[in-house]
Amino acid sequence: MTYPLRKPGQATLSDHRAAHRPFASHKVDFAAAAVLERSPGIPKLSVRDVSLSYATNSGPRLTALKNINLQVQPGEFLCVVGPSGCGKSTLLHLIAGLHQQTSGEVLVDNAPVQGPGTDRILIFQELGLFPWLTVAQNVEFGMRMKGVSKSDRQARVRDYLRLVHLQQFSDSYTHQLSGGMRQRVALARALATEPDVLLMDEPFAALDAQTRDMLHDELERIWAETGRTIIFVTHNVREAVRLGDRIVLLTFRPGQVKREYEVDLQRPRHLEDVRVAGKAREILDDLREEINKSLEEEYGLEANA
Amino acid sequence: MKRTLRYILFYSALIGVWALLAKLHVWPPYIFPTPWGVAETLWAGFADHSFWIAIGVSMKRMLIGYGISVVLGLILGLGVASNKFLEDTVGGLLVSLQSLPSICWLPIAVLWFGLTEKAILFVVIMGSLLSVTISMETGRKQLPKIYSMAGRNLGARGLRLFLHVTLPASLPYIVTGLKQGWAFAWRSLISGEMIFVSLGLGQLLMMGRDLNDMSQVVAVMILIIALGYLVDGLIFKTIESRLQQRWGLATA
Ligand SMILES: Nc1ncnc2c1ncn2[C@@H]1O[C@H](COP(=O)(O)OP(=O)(O)OP(=O)(O)O)[C@@H](O)[C@H]1O
Ligand SMILES: [Mg+2]
Repeated sequence: MTYPLRKPGQATLSDHRAAHRPFASHKVDFAAAAVLERSPGIPKLSVRDVSLSYATNSGPRLTALKNINLQVQPGEFLCVVGPSGCGKSTLLHLIAGLHQQTSGEVLVDNAPVQGPGTDRILIFQELGLFPWLTVAQNVEFGMRMKGVSKSDRQARVRDYLRLVHLQQFSDSYTHQLSGGMRQRVALARALATEPDVLLMDEPFAALDAQTRDMLHDELERIWAETGRTIIFVTHNVREAVRLGDRIVLLTFRPGQVKREYEVDLQRPRHLEDVRVAGKAREILDDLREEINKSLEEEYGLEANA
Repeated sequence: MKRTLRYILFYSALIGVWALLAKLHVWPPYIFPTPWGVAETLWAGFADHSFWIAIGVSMKRMLIGYGISVVLGLILGLGVASNKFLEDTVGGLLVSLQSLPSICWLPIAVLWFGLTEKAILFVVIMGSLLSVTISMETGRKQLPKIYSMAGRNLGARGLRLFLHVTLPASLPYIVTGLKQGWAFAWRSLISGEMIFVSLGLGQLLMMGRDLNDMSQVVAVMILIIALGYLVDGLIFKTIESRLQQRWGLATA
């Protein structure tokens, strides 16, 4: 079975058919998906010359992001890598409308971002699950705020919890779960809200290899089926190559776009694939340079290759 | 089970020693009351309703005074926590006022309201308002930012953000504050009642002194402790530990 071709802005979160079948076992037509991502048009998201600095206790402001320019097409899967502290989370918070840039502008569908909105859902690095709610109630939260009807909510909660293999924990509280399980709850909560743009901040960092591989597959499938735009932050370059259409490498403070890489390997890709590893090595060399800079600055270490 | 047994053993031993000392007549009974004298007084007090009336009067004052200070304290605390200017000014004032024992408000209360019910309520309110406010404020400030960010990210704003995120997130802190406020209110009330004639447990205590009736003094003290423990130790502690468990704050 092939999937109907998506045109930009057509099959998005409102495509309930696709969204309600997260477990369909058909083959996804990745080639069709890949063609469509390239179709030029209005970018889903543009970050124009954005800088952001934080006030610090020690006096001078800390420039976290400097003159960032990014364009993300509808349905694109963009990965962001960079050394720790380079402003990756800050960038996602900005797009989510939770931070205000110091200068420049962030446009979604050509309109400036004014605060948060359920069209852009962020999976926080620190997750931000609500400890007073059960797993199911957490997953339901965004839908409740959006005004999704109760029966729809229940169905979606069930689907998405099954997707992340947590259905038997739906009545647990989050502090009763392991770190990896909590990451999966956060993933389910974000997916269940069915946003146009999914912002993911190292969402798989605490998972074992097998669960992570499984979720890579599921995420890729959901993405291909629903045409969502995804911005995915990770430390793991190979993960970025596994998932992304394009990878942006940020420099160490202040965060700037150092380089962009197109990943035109055929999907589905495998983490262990030699071509994935080869592409990752290319990016890793550039990343290592930035990491060394960060080590020098933060620990005063000599750069070592 | 073991714990209950330990409690029973400890208190029987305590009363046993007390009874022994009383039996030995080391001190005269108007200085050192006997356990059976106290028990008799308690029995008689409840039988002729005078203790029930005193408890009723004191509890009514507590409910009114404490109720008012909870409402005011929540509003004040949230206000102070959410505004930098208020925090620097009102917040600082509140902390400095807290070093004032609540009974120091009594002269003002009496001058303003006379020897009336209102004066007592004023003392109760002043005694607990500060601690409710301050713990609300610190609760609100300790609240990790991530919760409201996550809430806003998922589409909550305004009143819904407050009801669905801010309030539940700070509930454990609020309850701790409410509990502390109750303890302060209780102390203020009893001291207030002791100072001017006004029914209530405090007055009953002073009456024992006036009559040189040591048994009554001790009986009323036991009542005050028991009531305070009942509300604080049973009601508030239970709510608090339930909340902390559910919120994952306690290592259950
Ligand atoms: N609220 C804040 N106030 C002040 N400085 C901040 C704040 N948040 C982040 N920073 C600073 O901004 C820089 C970028 O932080 P950010 O969290 O975006 O990094 P990151 O790339 O996500 O790092 P990591 O990979 O470790 O998650 C850091 O140097 C950090 O110290
Ligand atoms: Mg980060």
